[in-house]
Amino acid sequence: MNSRTEHAPIIQMKNIEKHFGSVIALAGVSVEVYPGECHCLLGDNGAGKSTFIKTMSGVHKPTHGEIHFEGQEMHFADPRDAISAGIATVHQHLAMIPLMSVSRNFFMGNEPTKKVAGMSFFDHEKANRVTMEEMRKMGINLRGPDQAVGTLSGGERQTVAIARAVHFGAKVLILDEPTSALGVRQTANVLATIDKVRKQGIAVVFITHNVRHAMAVGDRFTVLNRGKTLGTAQRGQITPEELQDLMAGGQELVALEGSLGGTV
Amino acid sequence: MSDAPNAAAGGDERIKQRSKFREAMIRPELGGIVGTAIVFALFLLFAFDSGMFNSQGIMNWSQVSAQFMIIAVGACLLMIAGEFDLSVGSMIGFAGMMIAIFSVTLGWPVWMAIITAFILCIALGALNGFIVIRTGLPSFIVTLAFLFILRGFTIYFPQTIERKTIIGGIKDVSEGDWLAAVFGGKILTGFFQWMGDAGIIAVFERGSRAGQPVVDGVPMLIVWALILVVLGHILLTKTKFGNWIFASGGDAEAARNSGVPVNRVKILMFMFTAFCACVFATCQVMEFGSAGADRGLLKEFEAIIAVVIGGALLTGGYGSVIGAALGALIFGVVQQGLFFAGVESSLFRVFLGVILLGAVILNTYIRRIITGER
Repeated sequence: MNSRTEHAPIIQMKNIEKHFGSVIALAGVSVEVYPGECHCLLGDNGAGKSTFIKTMSGVHKPTHGEIHFEGQEMHFADPRDAISAGIATVHQHLAMIPLMSVSRNFFMGNEPTKKVAGMSFFDHEKANRVTMEEMRKMGINLRGPDQAVGTLSGGERQTVAIARAVHFGAKVLILDEPTSALGVRQTANVLATIDKVRKQGIAVVFITHNVRHAMAVGDRFTVLNRGKTLGTAQRGQITPEELQDLMAGGQELVALEGSLGGTV
Repeated sequence: MSDAPNAAAGGDERIKQRSKFREAMIRPELGGIVGTAIVFALFLLFAFDSGMFNSQGIMNWSQVSAQFMIIAVGACLLMIAGEFDLSVGSMIGFAGMMIAIFSVTLGWPVWMAIITAFILCIALGALNGFIVIRTGLPSFIVTLAFLFILRGFTIYFPQTIERKTIIGGIKDVSEGDWLAAVFGGKILTGFFQWMGDAGIIAVFERGSRAGQPVVDGVPMLIVWALILVVLGHILLTKTKFGNWIFASGGDAEAARNSGVPVNRVKILMFMFTAFCACVFATCQVMEFGSAGADRGLLKEFEAIIAVVIGGALLTGGYGSVIGAALGALIFGVVQQGLFFAGVESSLFRVFLGVILLGAVILNTYIRRIITGER
């Protein structure tokens, strides 16, 4: 975003290192994310993307390095800490429970309550109303709030999960490969949702290994390779081909691509 | 791209309108409701004049059903939370034996014996849950171990202390005890006396109790069953915690990601199951006036069967307390009804197997509808 220079970054990851025993998963990764931008984190399998976002969302503690959130240094003890600070993660498969209704899923862990005779009960009315409203905003038509999530498509599930995170005050939204298992149309829907969320001023960290998906919504692109950043590029400064090369670590893919006629 | 083309039209044209019938199918209690209707219809038809539907008959199968209900409520909530407890039956034997040993052998006041037994059981339930959570082992195995451990102690203690496997004399020591009455007493005795006087229910014709109704009140066992069913149903469907129970069983990892304290929910449900087993045991001990080392045998399976007939999925995340209660009712009515109808009682097991299979197949079908699997 052009207005980025006026803002301070909402989250800064400085020289993050993470070691698992003798394995160095992250060897000093620095990334800054600004409000209202979609920051794409690219990298091949094993590049350290997952470890990095798990550090950001409080699942792992960094071995070295600092996390600054809204200007203050943070030490997340567990994901709850990160969530209450405003860092929400939408996992590819682990976001929704198919057997439960959309509204029960939407408010899972954040159930609205009402007091009846001094006891607190799940406020189904409010939950249903808010769910329908939020789903309508995201362009999903439900048969009813009691429709089971299992009947929704993969893209719709991602959208519900994103809408849920936004509704509960996420300032940084981490999307872990939200499009990797989706069809063309569903991917488009999810990308559109990301666009809507970004326009609300929320910082989106979009993890993917699909350059096309990244180019469609990304403002900036950071490529991870073997636990290190290969630099951050602005939109317009880099071509999809260059990104692809960076992700694969350059050389080999050039040779491979030659034989595949540039289709990868 | 940002607006789905069908957003304004209202609804996706590819989603077929569901028939009311299919809508009605998608509730966990369906199997239980249908089963209850069938069972009652059959017995009304074939065993009406056998005494099954006079006051003693009704009390007979109600009591048996209530027993099943008490343990089914616990098993149901635990199963929805994604776990099993196979130690329920042994827990029943153990709790009863503890009450007997404390009150008869050690001479404690009965109320103290009961409370101590409850604390012990709930602690054992917590231990069950703790081991399951900590080790990540299937609850099936962990509680199977406790099935043997508790049963072993239930036989060992009375044999070592009293050189017998049944401890009696609880009726005498519990005379006038306030807490014993909560489990072994009867309510509405005045109402039953009135019904007896009015000729609605049978009264004793002769003997010392002539004029008193044969069924002189509602045992606390039934009251406990109804209270547990109502509370369990409200907890599951109307509270925040109920949502956590569903979530923990539906997908523990997804629930954790959303901030649901899955471990706490599961351990609490193990404790609640143990509590229900202890309620069962206490009512039984107060009714029989004795505790036996073989009490509660196979109850864990009967509880699980009632829950499954009631529409809960063995895999967790789906089910209904009302359904489980209906499952328990079917269980009790059939077990006693076959006796009234004069059917060979071994056939009860055949029936049990058949209805269990039918219920599981129906449940699988329902789950496919809900989750849209094919």
